[in-house]
Amino acid sequence: MLIYLPIAEVSVNLFVLLGLGGLVGMLSGIFGVGGGFLMTPILIMIGIPPAVAVATEANQIVASSFSGVLAHFKRKTVDIKMGLILMLGGLVGATVGVQIFKFLKSIGQVELLVTLSYVVFLGLIGGMMFIESLNAIRRAGKPGAMPKKKKHTWIHGLPFKTRFRASGLYISVIPPILVGVAVGILAAIMGVGGGFIMVPAMIYMLGMPTKVVVGTSLFQIIFVTAYTTLSHAMQNFTVDAVLAVILLTGGVIGAQIGTRIGVKLKAEQLRILLAGMVLLMCGKLALDLLLMPSELYSIGAGGH
Amino acid sequence: MFRILLAAAALVATPLMAQETVVVDLSQNRVEITATYSGSDIFVFGAVKRDGPLPEGTGPLDVAIVIEGPLETATVRKKEKKLGIWVNSDSVEVHEAPSFFTIATTAPLADMLNEGDLRDYAIGLDYAIRPQGQAEDGIEDFAAAVTRIRQDAGLYSQREGIINLTDETLFEVDILLPPNLVEGDYTARVYLIRDKNIVAETSVGITVRKAGLEVWLYELAHESPLTYGLLSLLVALVAGYGASEIFRRLKRG
Repeated sequence: MLIYLPIAEVSVNLFVLLGLGGLVGMLSGIFGVGGGFLMTPILIMIGIPPAVAVATEANQIVASSFSGVLAHFKRKTVDIKMGLILMLGGLVGATVGVQIFKFLKSIGQVELLVTLSYVVFLGLIGGMMFIESLNAIRRAGKPGAMPKKKKHTWIHGLPFKTRFRASGLYISVIPPILVGVAVGILAAIMGVGGGFIMVPAMIYMLGMPTKVVVGTSLFQIIFVTAYTTLSHAMQNFTVDAVLAVILLTGGVIGAQIGTRIGVKLKAEQLRILLAGMVLLMCGKLALDLLLMPSELYSIGAGGH
Repeated sequence: MFRILLAAAALVATPLMAQETVVVDLSQNRVEITATYSGSDIFVFGAVKRDGPLPEGTGPLDVAIVIEGPLETATVRKKEKKLGIWVNSDSVEVHEAPSFFTIATTAPLADMLNEGDLRDYAIGLDYAIRPQGQAEDGIEDFAAAVTRIRQDAGLYSQREGIINLTDETLFEVDILLPPNLVEGDYTARVYLIRDKNIVAETSVGITVRKAGLEVWLYELAHESPLTYGLLSLLVALVAGYGASEIFRRLKRG
């Protein structure tokens, strides 16, 4: 069944969109990532204009993250204090990111920057997580192996220390704010929630326990993507409400199923699965840059 | 007044030639894009009026029908390999590129009409984009790329020999409008062609508009973007909460 999208101005199959929303929503629930890094490129591939795909995806992520975070609240696996601090940084970063995005769009290089950032970040993070999880699984196999002791790094020497009860941390607020800003910038440029960068940053840079990472990531993603949605709606008029409703119908159901699957998986399995997915998407995008495209020309938005 | 003079002059210049005119109508002059719009079908039919018998040795009649969307400017970018990766380098503004273009004829275009007229009247896919007077280097490649990309997207098409012409008088053809149609004022141009010359022409307008929920959302998005944005967020939050509640109850019950 075809449905015409009022802002995207294209007709698409309703069931394809519902299925996509469900699948990506499920991943979002399992891994605590918004799923934007999968959905945005797929939407563009099925013919949604990139500007609409990026903006609408932000709106959909709000729904699936909200649905997911409610389940985490019930299990008390959200560090609200940490989430709010990350969010503050995220809003600043998103504002900067949207401006960079607009500038690059005007000179026609946004596509390159988006793809390059995807390849670099997905590659780095995917690779790191993959190796780390493999080691963790191997260690777990040996009896008597001791878990690594928490290292005392420069992060612990910074001022403005505060206690994050849910995470069991006593660290400075500076690293979370910086992480928030950096992820916010990248999220706005890449048109995603940024969970796939946020989750590893929380684990490896802030040293948060895996249990609270997913819920806290979802919690702050809601605010940052809600802000991104509003900016896009007001500056570019590119949020397609019909597309968003279809995607989120599939997405919220998927997220609920995903959250339940996520509880059953072990942290190492979770990480190695996410790493595999991240690396796959990275490889696909890298090939797009390296191989000669079948069509060398593209039509951008012109003066209407 | 000028037109009447021209017409009179034409009459004087060809005193013994039989005059042919064309009358045309469409099954619909208005296409409404609603939420379930999945393309539409326009039936174009018409008749040839003659004020006298045709002179001896007149060639056969051919008909060409062009349906065209609004002309717009397209920014076209070309990718080049730099430092091992493919990046956008050159960009050219291609003017007067219709958002939609389809042509139907009674015979192969090349056999019907001379090249000059094909270009001047924009008859045929090769002339859908009119980059005349655009001196930029290599504009032809960029214009050809627009035609090629839009052809792949089903927005440009050319179907030769599909118009049914009966007794050199009645003609009809079905024209499909694709699902990815854009709003605007479209035109249907009809040409009668004999001996490689256009003998008569006419055009009819087609209005393509969004309708119902589509137009409401589109207008809200552009006229009060803050309300629209907040509504979108509200819908997202309600959907997220709703799904969470439904699943909680399912799990309990």
